[in-house]
Amino acid sequence: MSSHVVSNTNVMLGRSIRHVSRSMDTIITVTIMPIAFMLLFRYVFGGAIQAGTANYTNYLMPGILLIAIASGISYTGFRLFNDMQSGIFERFHSMPIARSSVLWGHVLTSVVSNAISVVVIIGVGLVMGFRTSAGVLAWLAVVGILALFTLALTWVAMIAGLAASSPDGASAFSYPLVFLPFISSAFVPTDTMPGPVKAFAEHQPVTSIVNTIRALFEQQPVGNDIWIALGWCAGILIVAYAFAMRAYHRKIA
Amino acid sequence: METSPLAIHVTGLHKSYGKLEVLKGVDFAVASGSIFALLGSNGAGKTTVVRILSTLLKPDGGSASVNGFDAVAQPEKVRASISLTGQFAAVDQILTGRENLIMVARLRQVKNPRQVADDLLERFGLTDAGGRRVAAYSGGMRRRLDIAMSLIGNPPVIFLDEPTTGLDPEARIEVWKEIQSLAGKGTTVLLTTQYLEEAEKLADRIAILHQGTIIVSGTLADLRQLLPPVQAELVERQPTLEEIFLSIVGTKEMQ
Repeated sequence: MSSHVVSNTNVMLGRSIRHVSRSMDTIITVTIMPIAFMLLFRYVFGGAIQAGTANYTNYLMPGILLIAIASGISYTGFRLFNDMQSGIFERFHSMPIARSSVLWGHVLTSVVSNAISVVVIIGVGLVMGFRTSAGVLAWLAVVGILALFTLALTWVAMIAGLAASSPDGASAFSYPLVFLPFISSAFVPTDTMPGPVKAFAEHQPVTSIVNTIRALFEQQPVGNDIWIALGWCAGILIVAYAFAMRAYHRKIA
Repeated sequence: METSPLAIHVTGLHKSYGKLEVLKGVDFAVASGSIFALLGSNGAGKTTVVRILSTLLKPDGGSASVNGFDAVAQPEKVRASISLTGQFAAVDQILTGRENLIMVARLRQVKNPRQVADDLLERFGLTDAGGRRVAAYSGGMRRRLDIAMSLIGNPPVIFLDEPTTGLDPEARIEVWKEIQSLAGKGTTVLLTTQYLEEAEKLADRIAILHQGTIIVSGTLADLRQLLPPVQAELVERQPTLEEIFLSIVGTKEMQ
């Protein structure tokens, strides 16, 4: 049976990607909102923000990408929830296939669709003046961190998709995640924030991830931030995976 | 049933959801190549039985075997022997009919998935609709596609959970024809239904599931004998299965 995992997962991925490509509205909403934030911060607030950098688009980019991913995964939860509701999930589970492929199809689709929106947003960023001197290694590191961040949040979305009792519940969990970058170093330096806010901002996952990606784009040393960022992503991934599996086994018991 | 091997064998099946005891010791057996109807009202536990047999749910007690394999101990072998369709096993609405069939064929590792899909579309009169998304299908077309999907890979046992619920009479007759032709080819069909006429038309044997147990099972002729002899009326008529059902269910409830 395990030899079928790859082939089964491939079929599931193909199915789920078709769902994404046939509902263009989901792709548009996932990319439009971060692009709107990018325009807003670059051309409305940007002039008044003292970020201590010559190119504010560069400064914005990491946080915008994280917002895009945080909103993109809400559709992952939604798609999984729909499968659970419609009964196709049960059909798959009654078939002689690797059961894990049902969830992994959704996980991989989430990674692929988020990668697409990240590429689109970087493209728009380039038009708005985003520039980077990052080499191949730095880009690989950026891609790796974004992929790990996507995977971690995707498994959070899987919990919501498996455990939610309404379609709203399956997607609404991402709102606080989308909001998290605003209370971080994504748009303004944390130095200007009042004590408690600053303490929160500096000790939540987004700040370390933003700082790492920003440093990689600027060819600056990443320091400790990269390890804190990786630790957060890996930690969220492991915890979310464990809870998702618990919710999954409760569903199929 | 005496000579042919058993395709499905259920003994002492128990299942509760919390404090609600849904199955209280269900026993029945289905001979290979026959059509067996599990009859009962809404909430009688028909779907729970099918979910246990298709390895989606574990029983609290008792045993269930399909095609000689135990549903709890050998779930993968059971899944390789069955197909599930009907009430709670859906088709993918966003894909086309053809894509649904190809998807199942690929998952079941069948050779020439496209050819298999085209053949089934043809057989179920869906060739013209094959390229359209299932969301645009009528209820009857969707059910036909659903049954077509469950035939891929030629599983020896097929579970049809309320296959004609919500269909108009014509679509219902089409589905009936398909079910009969399946059994004609040696496939064992377990059918759940709340339509008594459906059981009467299709099934070789009928079991009535009521309040968590099988209260009666046998052929239609067996069930007819449970009622007192036909009353002398102006026109003599056999009791319909519906009358038998209501009478049995009614007396059980009074006890």
